[in-house]
Amino acid sequence: MVAKTVNQRAWFLVLPVLFIVALNAIIPLMTVVNYSIQDTFSPGVFFFEGTKWYQEVLSSSRFHSALGRQFLFTAIILAIEIPLGVAVALAMPRTGPWVSVCLVLMALPLLIPWNVVGAMWNIFALPDIGLLGYGLNWLGFDYNYTQQPVAAWFTVVLMDVWHWTSLVVLLAYAGLSSIPDAYYQAAKIDGAGRFAVFRYIQLPKMKRVLIIALLLRFMDSFMIYTEPFVLTGGGPGNSTTFLSIDLVKAAIGEFNLGIAAAMSILYFLMTLLVCWVFYTLMMRGEDET
Amino acid sequence: MKRTKIIVVFVYILFLMLPIYWLLNMSFKTTNEILGGFSWYPQNFTLDSYITIFTDPTWYNGYINSITYVLINTVISVSFALPAAYAFSRYRFMGDKHLFFWLLSNRMAPPAVFVLPFVELYSAMSLFDTPLAVALAHCLFNVPLAVWILEGFMSGVPREVDETAYIDGYSFPHFFVKIFMPLIAAGIGVTAFFCFMFSWVEMLLAKNLTSVSAKPIVAIMTKTASTSGYELGLLAAAGALTIVPGAIVIWFVRKYIAKGFALGRV
Amino acid sequence: MAKIKLNQLAHSYYPNPGSDEDYALKSMDYDWDDGGAYALLGPSGCGKTTLLNIISGLLQPSKGRIEFDDVDVTQRTPEERNIAQVFQFPVIYDTMTVAQNLAFPLHNRGVEAQEVERRVADMLETLELSAKADRRAQGLTADEKQKISLGRGLVRYDVNAILFDEPLTVIDPQMKWQLRTKLKELHQRFKHTMIYVTHDQTEALTFADKVVVMFEGEVVQIGTPEELFERPSHTFVGYFIGSPGMNILPCAIDGAAAIVDGHRIPLGFHYNPPAKAKLELGVRPEFVRFAKNTEYGVPVSIERVDDVGRHRIAKVHLGQHSINVLLAEGEPVPSYNIAVVCDPIRSGVYANDHRIEGQALKEASAW
Repeated sequence: MVAKTVNQRAWFLVLPVLFIVALNAIIPLMTVVNYSIQDTFSPGVFFFEGTKWYQEVLSSSRFHSALGRQFLFTAIILAIEIPLGVAVALAMPRTGPWVSVCLVLMALPLLIPWNVVGAMWNIFALPDIGLLGYGLNWLGFDYNYTQQPVAAWFTVVLMDVWHWTSLVVLLAYAGLSSIPDAYYQAAKIDGAGRFAVFRYIQLPKMKRVLIIALLLRFMDSFMIYTEPFVLTGGGPGNSTTFLSIDLVKAAIGEFNLGIAAAMSILYFLMTLLVCWVFYTLMMRGEDET
Repeated sequence: MKRTKIIVVFVYILFLMLPIYWLLNMSFKTTNEILGGFSWYPQNFTLDSYITIFTDPTWYNGYINSITYVLINTVISVSFALPAAYAFSRYRFMGDKHLFFWLLSNRMAPPAVFVLPFVELYSAMSLFDTPLAVALAHCLFNVPLAVWILEGFMSGVPREVDETAYIDGYSFPHFFVKIFMPLIAAGIGVTAFFCFMFSWVEMLLAKNLTSVSAKPIVAIMTKTASTSGYELGLLAAAGALTIVPGAIVIWFVRKYIAKGFALGRV
Repeated sequence: MAKIKLNQLAHSYYPNPGSDEDYALKSMDYDWDDGGAYALLGPSGCGKTTLLNIISGLLQPSKGRIEFDDVDVTQRTPEERNIAQVFQFPVIYDTMTVAQNLAFPLHNRGVEAQEVERRVADMLETLELSAKADRRAQGLTADEKQKISLGRGLVRYDVNAILFDEPLTVIDPQMKWQLRTKLKELHQRFKHTMIYVTHDQTEALTFADKVVVMFEGEVVQIGTPEELFERPSHTFVGYFIGSPGMNILPCAIDGAAAIVDGHRIPLGFHYNPPAKAKLELGVRPEFVRFAKNTEYGVPVSIERVDDVGRHRIAKVHLGQHSINVLLAEGEPVPSYNIAVVCDPIRSGVYANDHRIEGQALKEASAW
């Protein structure tokens, strides 16, 4: 690969993007920062509070438990979706008319508005009229996600798996289709078994797309709001109240602007930190090739 | 071996289709029948819900509003991202790497963080309750994504193409539109698809940035759910119809979809 | 090491092949000797790679059998056939080191660790990669990667055959020569049956004891480089081998003479060609020369003379046919009464593209 040429005028090409993203990112972010260090009792009257809200948020058990639930949820869905997605991608036919059909069907859940996803599952999982709820009870499980926290978690996780595993499938499949036939032929000649083919050919070739998959799924699951909100409303109790749900509750429900803003900033910083680690890893992987 | 694979794919697709089937199933039932109990298929098949949606302006305007802001957003995202992606794929400049990461970091910003400031911002710009407000707000995550995907596709085009064109005397805009864009047509298609998709499925911002005249379909659904009791049949039909635009768009890009998801750089 | 026998072998990529056209490989019967170095030569799309993949077992032939040492192996996998194959583009296992790459096929076959170590060290030495043994294979240059691909085949001493599918495509010219020499050396050392696919005649002629020329799914000739040059058995071989290729002129046959465009060209043999066949006279530029002053020749006109390094080649016209004539060093180009003479013994007659044999004349006229 030829080295890119240095050209400072390239900045002009980036300006429009910079402008539109800055409008959407910097101004609102400043507003949030503003809120996070001030207090208000009536519109337009603000008092400087310094790090008070931050201290309050960081020491509140409510934030801790929302954060804990968030990490648990993200960990569970990553642990399910990544291996499942890879497995399905491996099972996909490599050529033929069925490929398009499979891909289109698999992509469908990705294209459904998130609150429709939530609403769909809200009904799908109801014990009396939903297929999932009815089926589970018919099989002898005592299942009612509106009352049992464990059932609620099960439903939220299953919904997320349903909604997003296809993204991993499509990414992994893209990685797999980039492997030339000669690799599989050489492996046959070398006497490699099915597992060795996976370990030494398929996995290394999928590495890059899997990092992208991990990154996207981490970001999106960490900021999940609409689907669980529509499905369970964060309940029963607070059992499925993830960070975003808690945040909106604080900001709009309780009008605790300072707290909500401080939470927002902390939340954003955490996502950024994790993604920065991923991004660095990804870029390093790229330099090697 | 072959059979296990087919079973895995089949079971997975079946799992994906079941909730969608259930939605369709309900959309052809009356609300009374839905609430009346469990049944595998509609006992009294009815198209009433669909007829209501296509005849009641509050309903179909919702779709029109949604499609309007999604299309505006797609056009803005792609056209703004094109030159920027070109800059990132071809040149090094001061702060390029930091800028790229900063752009991507906005894709990571939780929309929940931005709801309130956005309402203030767009009210101040007197864009509140217009499709343009939603379209611009969605640029927050779609523009970085578009830059990312396009940059990947552009890096796949050899730099010699640019050099040859400049030597042949093309100006930059002429070269870009006449030669370069056709080369990455698939990439532009995939990018447009992704922008369409993420703008179409987002609802937190879309709902909060509108109130009456620009209300998106997803917000109308939640409103209906709370005001007119549970019109489940109607809700199911409205939900089923939200799948249609995405399905149409995905059919067009099905050939590129796998590659596009890999962001062009596999 | 094994003798390879193709028995009525044919292959089509269509599930229900109808006419001959559907076959990528037309029915063939050949024996390939144990320990021979064969080159499969032919233009792109002639079926070379198909044949190679059938021999290695990556592809199942639609018809016929393939035998190793008289044992039918048609249904066996590449692993069971114990075959090594090297592909056009280097295939390496990115995450392994160079040494691990070479050890991989041995590990898969359960070779003892000590033996693996010994052979890998030996192969690293042979390929001159010892210094990079513990480097990740990913960061190497294309020709180093291809050397590893070669090495993975060669570490298996007991293979029945090693197949090469245009292995030097991505290699620099300088390196090409070195690797080819290396291959020859290894062939002499291990006496493996080697089959080498290429579309480059130099590569084929320098590598192989026997060259198999393929054209449109058929083997048109198997022979030593000399045989291919002196007695091409198909017009394609004449045209494909040699630079420039053989002159092929439509003609009629009258006993021991070919009639081209109304001119008699004497031949060394007496021919009885089949009726209604398409007849052609084939003679290499090396065996055509300009007639000396008084000598009888076929009158031609000169179009141009090209200097191609060691030789000069005159392109002349006989009626509407053009003929290449190789000029000897320092030979002047005649300027009047221009005529050419063909070596009668080395001129061949082709009926429907296949060489036909004639009866010897009582007194063969000398060149």
